[in-house]
Amino acid sequence: MPSRDRIFSRIRHNLGRGPLEGEAAQALKARIEGHAPNIVPKRTNIPHKEQVNLFQAKAEALAATVARISSFDDVPEALRDYLTAHNLATRIKMSPDKSLDSLPFDKTPMLEIKRGAAAPEDEVSLTPAFAGIAETGTLCMASSPETPSTLNFLPENHVVVIKASQITGTLEDSWERLRKTYGAGNLPRTVNFISGPSRTADIEQTLIMGAHGPRRLHILIVDDGPQD
Amino acid sequence: MQVTSRRFKDSAHEALHDKDIQSAFSKVKGGFPVARAKSAGELPEFEDLRDQARDLKNHILENLDYYLEYFEDQVLLQGGRVHWCSSYAEAREVVLDICRDANAKTVTKGKSMITEEMALNEHLSAHGIEPIETDLGEYIIQLAHEHPSHIIAPALHKTKDQVTELFHENHGKYGFTERITDPQALVNEARSILRDKYVNADVGITGANFLIAETGSTVIVTNEGNGDLTQSLPKTHIAVSSIEKVVPTLEDASLFLRLLARSATGQEMSVYTTFSTGPKRMEDIDGPANFHVVLVDSGRSDLLGSDKQDLLRCLKCGACMNHCPVYQAVGGHTYGWVYPGPIGAALNPHMVGLEESRHLPNASTFCGRCEEVCPVRIPLPKIMRHWREQAFETQVTPKPERWGIGIWAFFAKRPKLYRLMTRVSARALKLMAGKKGVIRKLPLMKGWSSVRDFPAPEGTTFMDQWKKQQREGK
Ligand code: SF4
Repeated sequence: MPSRDRIFSRIRHNLGRGPLEGEAAQALKARIEGHAPNIVPKRTNIPHKEQVNLFQAKAEALAATVARISSFDDVPEALRDYLTAHNLATRIKMSPDKSLDSLPFDKTPMLEIKRGAAAPEDEVSLTPAFAGIAETGTLCMASSPETPSTLNFLPENHVVVIKASQITGTLEDSWERLRKTYGAGNLPRTVNFISGPSRTADIEQTLIMGAHGPRRLHILIVDDGPQD
Repeated sequence: MQVTSRRFKDSAHEALHDKDIQSAFSKVKGGFPVARAKSAGELPEFEDLRDQARDLKNHILENLDYYLEYFEDQVLLQGGRVHWCSSYAEAREVVLDICRDANAKTVTKGKSMITEEMALNEHLSAHGIEPIETDLGEYIIQLAHEHPSHIIAPALHKTKDQVTELFHENHGKYGFTERITDPQALVNEARSILRDKYVNADVGITGANFLIAETGSTVIVTNEGNGDLTQSLPKTHIAVSSIEKVVPTLEDASLFLRLLARSATGQEMSVYTTFSTGPKRMEDIDGPANFHVVLVDSGRSDLLGSDKQDLLRCLKCGACMNHCPVYQAVGGHTYGWVYPGPIGAALNPHMVGLEESRHLPNASTFCGRCEEVCPVRIPLPKIMRHWREQAFETQVTPKPERWGIGIWAFFAKRPKLYRLMTRVSARALKLMAGKKGVIRKLPLMKGWSSVRDFPAPEGTTFMDQWKKQQREGK
């Protein structure tokens, strides 16, 4: 008997029944398609403005840094300031995403911008987020031809642009947004939830930052008007 | 992996006299459990989430075949492949075949307990394919040719000085000839060596914390980012998972995610939680071209419908060992197979046979801490007790221990007498322990207390305290 059959027959035998059919199977299918939330912490039942503040506070507590800017036009300067403050390279690998097409890099001639997937020599990446989760200060990143996920991991410094309106309360909110964009039952190839920069405690339980992923995570929140 | 659980007593004895092991594992108390208590305390819904997680896992197990088939359909729909394996041997062959098809010379690996169970690295190496562990802890013990001593902190038993020596011995060939001792510098050195490995690997192998039926996704949870580099840079991604990891929906995964990191390290979320769905899409400019899911049974389905089915709820968070006085005293390797601590004591007898591992269910003070902190409320002490009874009945246990358990069983079957006895002995033990609260020797139980300190009870039994609290309306 092929292994697949063997495994299924063992499962069913031990559960004392045959394959699920009819109503029983329908109920499970409906459960999946209904994807009802389980208990969701109340922590984020607050006005949107406060959710954004909570997102920032949580992200900072995870050792990410956050800057608030008032429009996309401010991204290049905010990026330059950040890189200067940390004495970092000025060559940037940026996602080839439409949302970043119109950034006015003419204001910051010292920044050298390349676009594409990450290469081993890239030191700084600039990527857009798909959503932000206030509950835990977590970024939700969705992969696509325009937002390659290697940019989230290979460079030592990761700078993320997110609009305040993309920040919501919970993980469940991100699932709803993803379903709206990609259709029910579909996800982009890679969905990364990122909560702070990379770390390890594998040597004598001592916390060290920058294990394999980015050592630094900087989040630029673009305040795009009131949401409430 | 090879089973050495038979040596439990000797290993425990050695561990208790090894000062490195003692210093490493006694440190656990002040770390993970403290962080867990803090983050659990900060989430008012934590206990309710645990109840719901237990119930949901039970629901999944009752319908495991349905959710697995649904998952398989979704993986296929997304262009991935699914391989079903009854045994470790079969799973090893499947992974080897995929690696050969990819003409693989090196494979990078994310942390995965199931591939430890399968002894995959040994198999790949024996067939000329070099596996490279990328989780820092796994990397360290791979260099040392050892096995994990903790399920989420595999190199817990290694001292910084030992890591220094290992790196010094092994990193010369990469041009790192200096002997370095600073932890940050050690991490940096491993980081820069592994960078090239990620980029040049032909295949990336990860485990899976969850499989999502709804979307056909595999999920990994890490703090280092190594798993993501492993699964996104090589041309082929293989996710190896045991069959009980399937969950119905993304919302269901969210429930478990809220418990997993909190229970493990006290984090609210681990740094990276990644959902991988199928191979890269047509226009994608990165990501693996091939996506394989290898599903391994090897003993899981046999637990269904048994009195130990609850074990299949395990999220592999490590909380039970972090809180276990025996684990803290004897360390991880003493358990002699992949899973140490209470989960190992309860699971390993099923996986490797009671004959091999009959000492493990005894490796408990029955203090109940493991069950108290298990996010999915697995009754670990009860399962250990089942094993003890089973060992007793099948005569696997040698005489003196049988005698002790016989007495215990006599009282246990007579609740009133049992309560009286525990009340008397709780007081007596407290007196014996004196101020330190620890008992070095117990009459008639030398075999037990010569290798561990017995934490003294508070002086009243749980039942007494419970009644008192009920009266006081707590
Ligand atoms: S038995 Fe419970 S506490 Fe132990 S590893 Fe599994 S889920 Fe965690």
